[in-house]
Amino acid sequence: MDYPLLVGIFPQVLLDGIILGFMYALIALGYTMVYGVLEFINFAHSEIFIVGAFVGVEILLSLKGAGLLETLPWPLVLVLILVAGMAGSAALAVSVERIAYRPLRAAPRLIPLISAIGVSFFLQDLIRLVESVWRNAFNLVYPTMDVLNERFELTSTLDVSVKSLVVIVAALLMLWALHAIVNRTKVGTAIRAVAEDQAAASLMGINVNRIISLTFLIGGAMGGAAGVLFGVQYGLINPYSGFIPGLKAFTAAVLGGIGNIPGAMVGGIVLGLLEAFAASYLSLLTGGAFGAEYKDIFAFSVLILILIFRPKGLLGEVVRERA
Amino acid sequence: MSRYPVRVTAVLLAALALVALPAGSHLTAQGKGTIKIATQSPLSGGQAALGEGIKLGTQLAVEKFKGNLEKMGYKVELVPFDDQAKPDVGVANAKNIIADKDILVVIGHLNSGVAIPSSEVYKEVNLAMISPANTNPTITDRGYASVYRVCGRDDVQGVVGSEFAHATLKAKTAFVIHDKTTYGQGVAEFFKADAEKKGIKVLGFEGTEEKSNFDPIITPIKAKNPDLIYFGGIYEQAGPFFKQAREKGVKSKFLGPDGMDSSDLTKIGGKAVVGMHYTSVAGPVSVYPQAKQFAEDYKKKFGKNPEPFAAQAYDATAIAVKAIEATAKGGKAPTREAVTAAIRGVRHTGITGSVEFDAKGDPKKALYFVLQVVSDNPEKWGDNKEVKRLVIAAPSK
Repeated sequence: MDYPLLVGIFPQVLLDGIILGFMYALIALGYTMVYGVLEFINFAHSEIFIVGAFVGVEILLSLKGAGLLETLPWPLVLVLILVAGMAGSAALAVSVERIAYRPLRAAPRLIPLISAIGVSFFLQDLIRLVESVWRNAFNLVYPTMDVLNERFELTSTLDVSVKSLVVIVAALLMLWALHAIVNRTKVGTAIRAVAEDQAAASLMGINVNRIISLTFLIGGAMGGAAGVLFGVQYGLINPYSGFIPGLKAFTAAVLGGIGNIPGAMVGGIVLGLLEAFAASYLSLLTGGAFGAEYKDIFAFSVLILILIFRPKGLLGEVVRERA
Repeated sequence: MSRYPVRVTAVLLAALALVALPAGSHLTAQGKGTIKIATQSPLSGGQAALGEGIKLGTQLAVEKFKGNLEKMGYKVELVPFDDQAKPDVGVANAKNIIADKDILVVIGHLNSGVAIPSSEVYKEVNLAMISPANTNPTITDRGYASVYRVCGRDDVQGVVGSEFAHATLKAKTAFVIHDKTTYGQGVAEFFKADAEKKGIKVLGFEGTEEKSNFDPIITPIKAKNPDLIYFGGIYEQAGPFFKQAREKGVKSKFLGPDGMDSSDLTKIGGKAVVGMHYTSVAGPVSVYPQAKQFAEDYKKKFGKNPEPFAAQAYDATAIAVKAIEATAKGGKAPTREAVTAAIRGVRHTGITGSVEFDAKGDPKKALYFVLQVVSDNPEKWGDNKEVKRLVIAAPSK
């Protein structure tokens, strides 16, 4: 076995994993927050996430068409697409809640779940329809901004590109902002109150409907930001690109303890790291017997193990044996 | 309760009438009936660029060559099917195709992994499939009488690639990636086997279905720093992979099979793919002198340049029409069996060269190209430089 190689790529794989993990974390927040207040899984969240990426690419392509992409300062462009992507996804998340979930609020939990799956399919094909009519394209490519691809070689095997730094900084800012909103503001207190007990919260004068909309708004905005960062980092999106990352992020939310906000962040990063390490190391460690294609099997096996020993997830409360 | 079955019967009868009406009008139509030519290729999704080219190439050929059959009193129609590059969809379409008795021949598919199970369905009713693009050896090696192709094979194409890597690119080490499909993995294995025989050290052989995040695969490749990366797969996956690899500072040369051969590769990969080589069984239209008129007609009619395999689909259709004409001579109604048998005897000089089938349904001699991407402008895909052209007979075993 080639030990210098195994050790040499370690920092780079760690970095790849962290970047992927932050993206999962941002998406997982949408699942976990909605679960926290409504106790159902918003399966349409993977499409809400990818819509953010589409809003971002549309703005970039329009800027490029107008010849502004090169002249505007790049941090401004990035902030612009991030804000627009967040706004687009947040608006979509709120409308989905209003149209497809609120009328079913009194129904058994399975009913909005089915509705969510329906919305997910509907949105996938709606995006596909709009993009094929509007751009006549299935795969959309994020226009390259050369600054973002500049790399700093830290060692011979580790280098960091500007866009990786952008992803990490943006994700950290988002997570910090969310943490601050939920824990230090009145609105955040209201969200936590609704999550704890809807009836009691409404008796305390909290407008439950509005807080639920707000939860979708925040979760959607985080998903939209993740979408834009996903597009910037990986460069290519199509209407179905959201599905797999969405599924993984949902897994991350469960891993961290669904309904638990710090749990989603931790779960996302753990899953991102597991996936990156499995994909990079499996074939090296097994001499090619297991390749990168087994990364999901490996990651999900670990997930099952964790859930066997901690059924409520990494940061969920420990379930006590009932006497 | 007793009225319920009556109502059901009434509804069923109404539905039956609706279904029966068009069928009835078909019988009363003037002439001898309709001959349909079906296409199966991905018309939606990430590989639609090539799939649509196959459909449009066929459409152009049907319009051009249907004259004789129309004089005989037949109506000739094109029925395009969208297989979405998915085996299950291809097979479902195939079942619909064999149910429509007017369909006498299928032009398709794009993906070998779709063509193989679908042709099992065609074979049940002896319906001919002429493939413009499927290169996996299994397609014809099953020895089905109803399966033909007008292009080369991957057991040759993979070797053309490794020969080029060894002799021209002077690669000493290579890393092979594939997309786990019948086509991609197949051609990658042929490349790998022959490369190793020629003394190229294969540092890794990875399959992946990933479409967006290639980071964890690229990191070990970068550390191993191979002279060459071979991607056995299709442009929609290879494009982002090559792009991300260059962005991460991988300096290896890139090489791929004919799955790279679409202008969408540069649309996705941009500058990263300029200068890379790929082997193909279908050169750009510009390398075929007889195809000039075709390219002009295509551009005029559809407003874009023909994608690779459009010209092959055009030739495949011309062969199909010739075979149908031969069976319809003397006023006989052409049957699927007769058309299938007649194709074997067709000698056709088309816009991509002359085609004559061997006993398995492979062209006796096929063209193989090595091409180089010259520009990151997708409009200029047709200008890709022809580095090498080989005429190789189909392997006989």
